[in-house]
Amino acid sequence: MTAPAPARGRALRARSGRPPWILLVPALLGVAFLVLPLLGLLASTPWATMGERITDPAVLSALWLSLSTATVATAVCLVLGVPLAWLLARAEFPGRRLVRALITVPLVIPPVVGGVALLLVLGRNGLLGRHLDAWFGLTLPFTTAAVVIAQVFVAMPFLVVSVEGALRGADPRFEEAAATLGASRATVFTRITLPAVLPGVGAGAALCWARALGEFGATITFAGNFPGTTQTMPLAVYMAMQRDPEAAVVLSLVLLLVSLAVLAGLRGRST
Amino acid sequence: MAGALTLTACSAADGTGPDAPGAASRDGLTGTLTVLAAASLTDVFTELAEQFETDNPGVEVELGFAGSSALAAQINSGAPADVFASANTDTMALVVDGAGLDTAWAADHGRDGAVFATNTLRIAVPPGNPAGVEDLADLSDDSVATALCAPEVPCGAATTAVTDAEGVEIAAVTLEQDVRAVLTKVELGEVDAGLVYATDVAAAGDAVEGVDFPESDSAVNAYPVGVLADAADPELAAAWVDLVLSDTGADALAAAGFGAP
Amino acid sequence: MTTTDDRRTPADGSGADEPALDARLRLTRGDFTLDATLRVAAGEVLALLGPNGAGKSSALRALAGLVPLTDGHVRIGGRDETTTPVERRPVGVVFQDYLLFGHMSALDNVAFGPRCQGLSKAAARGRAAELLEGMDLSAHARSRPGRLSGGQAQRVALARALAVRPRLLLLDEPMAALDASTRVDVRTRLRHLLEDFDGAAVLVTHDPLDAMVLADRVAVVESGRIVQQGTPAEVARRPRTPYVARLVGLNLFRGTAEGTRVTVDRRDAEGAPVVRVHEPHRGEVLVAFPPRAVALYADRPHGSPRNLWRLTVEGVERFGDQVRVRLAGSVPLSADISPAALAELGLVRGAPVWAGVKAAEVECYPG
Repeated sequence: MTAPAPARGRALRARSGRPPWILLVPALLGVAFLVLPLLGLLASTPWATMGERITDPAVLSALWLSLSTATVATAVCLVLGVPLAWLLARAEFPGRRLVRALITVPLVIPPVVGGVALLLVLGRNGLLGRHLDAWFGLTLPFTTAAVVIAQVFVAMPFLVVSVEGALRGADPRFEEAAATLGASRATVFTRITLPAVLPGVGAGAALCWARALGEFGATITFAGNFPGTTQTMPLAVYMAMQRDPEAAVVLSLVLLLVSLAVLAGLRGRST
Repeated sequence: MAGALTLTACSAADGTGPDAPGAASRDGLTGTLTVLAAASLTDVFTELAEQFETDNPGVEVELGFAGSSALAAQINSGAPADVFASANTDTMALVVDGAGLDTAWAADHGRDGAVFATNTLRIAVPPGNPAGVEDLADLSDDSVATALCAPEVPCGAATTAVTDAEGVEIAAVTLEQDVRAVLTKVELGEVDAGLVYATDVAAAGDAVEGVDFPESDSAVNAYPVGVLADAADPELAAAWVDLVLSDTGADALAAAGFGAP
Repeated sequence: MTTTDDRRTPADGSGADEPALDARLRLTRGDFTLDATLRVAAGEVLALLGPNGAGKSSALRALAGLVPLTDGHVRIGGRDETTTPVERRPVGVVFQDYLLFGHMSALDNVAFGPRCQGLSKAAARGRAAELLEGMDLSAHARSRPGRLSGGQAQRVALARALAVRPRLLLLDEPMAALDASTRVDVRTRLRHLLEDFDGAAVLVTHDPLDAMVLADRVAVVESGRIVQQGTPAEVARRPRTPYVARLVGLNLFRGTAEGTRVTVDRRDAEGAPVVRVHEPHRGEVLVAFPPRAVALYADRPHGSPRNLWRLTVEGVERFGDQVRVRLAGSVPLSADISPAALAELGLVRGAPVWAGVKAAEVECYPG
């Protein structure tokens, strides 16, 4: 072999490793677009007073409320959303396309409208709410449960869409194989289907949790805003914005860092 | 929003140029006027804008309504506008100290803007007043679900002023982000009472009932208006403020439930 | 279909003769119709051999209960299982690509069936370990399927299917996922493992070699119908359709016999070509002979064989250490000759040639 040949080989290898500019440029612009607002937030953060602001009991209470309600909402979404995704992906029934279109409605309607819709159904005078009140003395609005309901409403489509996609990608022949081995449909689902789509369920749950954590419009409309019971971090940020924009920046940053830490932690554990 | 306002500013410049020679009115007033006003002024200012455009055929009025604080923040961030009408003096003060008012206009009308209306709190209850609310003290009862404005927003500040002055503690179930949200809760019957402005009760029509209470005098909210330092045409902006301060303006404001300054 | 009658049969005492599998499968899907009757004795392996799309896999899925029958019945071990749901049929399936569960160890794959049947975890694992040991897989019991070789995966799949103690074992293209180099060993091993199974086994394949080696009996399926059934030797020696003849590598003609003279049914040929056979026959017959029985001559040979035809060369291709010459004419056929003979004859496309076959080399059987 002649001397220049290895050099050429290296050059070729280097070239094949570099992504084409037609992808690279838009990708970098995309990153910049997503990251610049975050840098803006960091740049305007009053670092000096950061410590005392974060340990403010009102902030801690809103943060705890946000984390706990988003987690409960995600659990509810998993319990309801995974079976729904299964039905959409695997079962044949009339109106399936319509149902699929309907479950994405919360993605497209403004959350505030979603909150009003929830009030009209589950509010004290709502279609169902009035019976809940009459029969059980149960009123949902202005309770922590209402916060969870509002979050479930806006976040569940993210979970359903992710899990349905994963189910469609999973090979149904494995389910048939399990059936020939004597597995009931429930066993097939829990022992074969669910493990196969677990990464999709995880991704969906993470999206769902993030959406629930950031939820504002439906929450403030349906659950109201009261520190300790219904004032989650996004509501606290909005209220702070009215009087003390610096405090709003700090609160936003706290919310952002906590959610990034949780999501990164989950991802690290799942891979 | 900023983008739309920028376009408006451009067209204002065009309107005074040679492209629109026939547009000049008797008074020489022409172009586009951008007015940013507190959301509670929506109906009154929309009506006055029609009047203004009829009186001055070469003028087009662009109205922007939102919470006073949000508008003040936009103005101070450089959003182009000619006139700002705030729902309270504190918020106007933010603009006076920030983007500033037109110095010539301020010299004539006051450096903190001109107060053109007042608004007082009223108790809004659902039609039929199911909880039988009669005065402010009733709202301290735990069995009366009450919605208030959050203390961070102007109507909430007014609420706090009243309750502090009278020593009443209201058992609120929610602290809403604006007066409209309080009203929605009352209209839907989700709460038994809400503290809102008299003007909001008037605007809601039959959807809610209003209950007056004497303690409202402790928080009379003044509405100041001012011509902004960055106004493209201060003369045109001053003409709009004159209309607001005129008898025509006063009648329209009174009809909407505002008090006189 | 009368279920009550079906159930009465074993009680009558005639059940002793009942095959381990007795099925009439009728399936209609759009234009495609499968109509096949299958009977398999205990301990017997039946291969369904046919081209892709012939309906073999549909038949297998119907037997497993994965698709419902349009009409017909499935009786396993004398019991009617026609409407038994898939999870309760006494059936084990080795799927194409094996479909081992990737998130479970080999042992847990095999233990899955017994667990579903209600065995305790320990008992299920015990049975699984026993099966894996019988297949020399104990060392791989803890491995995930992704770490197994093709042959090992196949045995785990077989162990998994057998772990439910089925009375009918179904194998769908069990060799298709393997590369050619390992196929011979794996096939031989699978054959020995199948010999130990005492229920009925049905194997689907498109590879005649798999069918010949693994099955006791072969059923050839074409366009949803069984066109020929018999032992592998019978099918290999006496194909009944051009498809089977091609699979087993024989020249096949349909004709009418009168004594040792068979007139070939070829309407397009000028005159009626004749094939001479060794034994006298009468009526509709099939005649078959292997390409290596055909001799080629440049000039008309003297002291000629009983069959001699003037044909033209259509194509020449390598076939092992031989050369296969495809010939067109009144009796289109293939001939295998040595490369030396090819050179000597100077055969090119379109060249005329004499083809001779001894009558003793021609197999003749009722058509």
